[in-house]
Amino acid sequence: MNTRVREVKGRELKDENQEMSGSSMLIQALARENVDTIFGYPGGAILPTYDEIYRTGIRHILSRHEQGAIHAAEGYARVSGKPGVCVVTSGPGATNVVTGIADAMIDSLPLVVVTGQVATSVIGTDAFQEADILGITMPITKHNFQARTVEDLPRIIREAFHIATTGRPGPVVIDLPKDVSIASGMFHYDDEPNLPGYQPTYTPNKLQIRKLAEAVTKAKRPVILSGAGILHAGASPELLEFVEQQQIPVASTLLGLGGFPGSHELALGMAGMHGTYAANMALHEADLLINIGARFDDRVTGNLEHFAPQATVAHIDVDPAEIGKIIETQIPVVGDAKEALRLLNEVNPKPGESVRWRMKVDEWQQEFPLWYKEGSEYIKPQKLTELVYEKTNGEAIITTDVGQHQMWAAQYYKFDHPNAWVTSGGLGTMGFGFPAAIGAQFAEPDRQVVAILGDAGFQMTMQELSILQELNLPVKVLLVNNASLGMVRQWQQLFYEERYSNSLFPIQPDFVKMAEAYDIKGYKITDENEVAGVLEEAFNYNGPVLIDCRVHEEENVYPMIAPGQGHHQMEGVKP
Amino acid sequence: MRRTITATVNNTTGVMNRITGLFARRHFNIESITVGMTENPEVSRMTFVVNVSDQRGLDQVIKQLNKQVDVLKVRDITDEAIVSRELAMIKVMTVSGQRGEISDLIAPFRATVIDVGRESVTIQVTGDTPKVEALIDLLRPYGIKEMARTGVTAFQRATKKSSDQTRYSIIN
Repeated sequence: MNTRVREVKGRELKDENQEMSGSSMLIQALARENVDTIFGYPGGAILPTYDEIYRTGIRHILSRHEQGAIHAAEGYARVSGKPGVCVVTSGPGATNVVTGIADAMIDSLPLVVVTGQVATSVIGTDAFQEADILGITMPITKHNFQARTVEDLPRIIREAFHIATTGRPGPVVIDLPKDVSIASGMFHYDDEPNLPGYQPTYTPNKLQIRKLAEAVTKAKRPVILSGAGILHAGASPELLEFVEQQQIPVASTLLGLGGFPGSHELALGMAGMHGTYAANMALHEADLLINIGARFDDRVTGNLEHFAPQATVAHIDVDPAEIGKIIETQIPVVGDAKEALRLLNEVNPKPGESVRWRMKVDEWQQEFPLWYKEGSEYIKPQKLTELVYEKTNGEAIITTDVGQHQMWAAQYYKFDHPNAWVTSGGLGTMGFGFPAAIGAQFAEPDRQVVAILGDAGFQMTMQELSILQELNLPVKVLLVNNASLGMVRQWQQLFYEERYSNSLFPIQPDFVKMAEAYDIKGYKITDENEVAGVLEEAFNYNGPVLIDCRVHEEENVYPMIAPGQGHHQMEGVKP
Repeated sequence: MRRTITATVNNTTGVMNRITGLFARRHFNIESITVGMTENPEVSRMTFVVNVSDQRGLDQVIKQLNKQVDVLKVRDITDEAIVSRELAMIKVMTVSGQRGEISDLIAPFRATVIDVGRESVTIQVTGDTPKVEALIDLLRPYGIKEMARTGVTAFQRATKKSSDQTRYSIIN
């Protein structure tokens, strides 16, 4: 898949210190940043850059809507750990990627987004396709730039990649006016950006590490809350070593799944609103809570008044602003999770006396496992997810949107490896999962990528079926089709006396016919007995497949912490 | 609690927008904000007076400011030995017989009359906030027609003494 790109890039890598256009600088800089894939969509103000893309042959994936391009870049970044690059035009092109930028910001994904802009001479005059994208994206980017002169451009690109990928990762926007991309200037590309106001802390304070080690030894009821920071830092091996040494149970956030092996005996699964009883009770009863790379999101904590009431809180985070933001923290550790865990493992504190705690946690796991009722005439979505897990040997990359299907995937697909779980957590973006799967497939061309989607979210970005058709990309799209906005419907049932306002879809397209219109293999399943067979067929087929799986429409996600409740007040913990 | 925070920032376009946007979206309550160039033309200095409910809120203000790429250094100088100043212009209603009285009243504040009209005088005063407010209180009975204040800008003192003792008299 990559050969063509490498050849072309090799041929086109120009020497530094020579005159070139701004758009040429951009492509040269991308090559130096080892960017092998750009996701984007052309338009007026970005035409000079697209001309350069044409001439150099750098791989560009043409989405059918800019939102598809940015979510694909997010999926690529989440799986590869490299920055996702997205190029769009000014005005509507740029505003169409705003949702994806906000999504990447709240989920800490490294993106470099290049937006075309009208020429500097007309900025501020309400010119054709002008939008103040710098102003619009200021609150939803880690940083943003506007290149006002071509001389500034190489420095800006270098700084953008540096900022996006270091510290707590995040999206960076480069606004590129058309005249700047046409103008020519001298191209220098420095390795070390000079950013005195941006110096992320990687090495934690030794004193705090020692304090944490002492707390571990003293603790009788310790628990770890493992967040996406583990994945960003690549700290899974260090976490596993620490946990096995200390025998501390691990609850995971939604985004942290896979940071610690899901089938490990010390893995409690996901914590929070639809987390496992054992994970939530462990957080509630703990006397030491070690948060590693999570940000105490409200969907994880539930009512803060009832959150971990007895615990000493330790928080390891590369972003100091996250520490103490939501929960008062006694042991703050600012630094990279990998480095912090390495230092902790070096200290190797004597494990606390927590045998009884372990027994209690085991008891919760045995007594209150995830459950659903089998044997109805409809396909159970939980069963469907379990079968996906089984048929992919737990080794697939799974992407989702937001809602019920997402929760079932998080509950029933036990991620044993990092970076195989691509979901929209903080922003909860419908329409994310399908294009993200496309990006994930480009990051890992040889792995099975399954987009588990709701029927509603899929309809927000399904125009990207064109990419599957065009490139014969072997993404498997699995619609958990309950003919409704499942999670909205669930809340209306539980909290709005079953007034299903605008959440049911009595009419739907024929998804199989639609797949076929795109030359994609389509299946519709209504019988649970057919699921395993169809999945197997689909996963063995080297090409795109869409499976419309009609699941029980009134199935709800349980267990659940209702809004305003604490971890100890879970509902639906037993059949 | 009211805190005085200074920040040095890159003197680039949009930096003010970044900071005020940050305060607005995080619901931080700013009482005053001043900004101006420093001895280094590439660096500006901002002084904020913020109102926060507790230490954690204050920590968040400082940490969120620090997260901005264009912010070079942030410091809460409230409890340090500082000199802080603001400038106020106060237009006071006067009838002809009162002008002398007002001149006497503002003299101890080292305030000056910078404009005289038929029915009003405009007074300029500089000092820290309590001093400016004391003068405003004294002038209020005459009828304040208009007022403009710059907000506080502040510096650490060269010689650091404990800030517990009174740092000023009304004239300083």
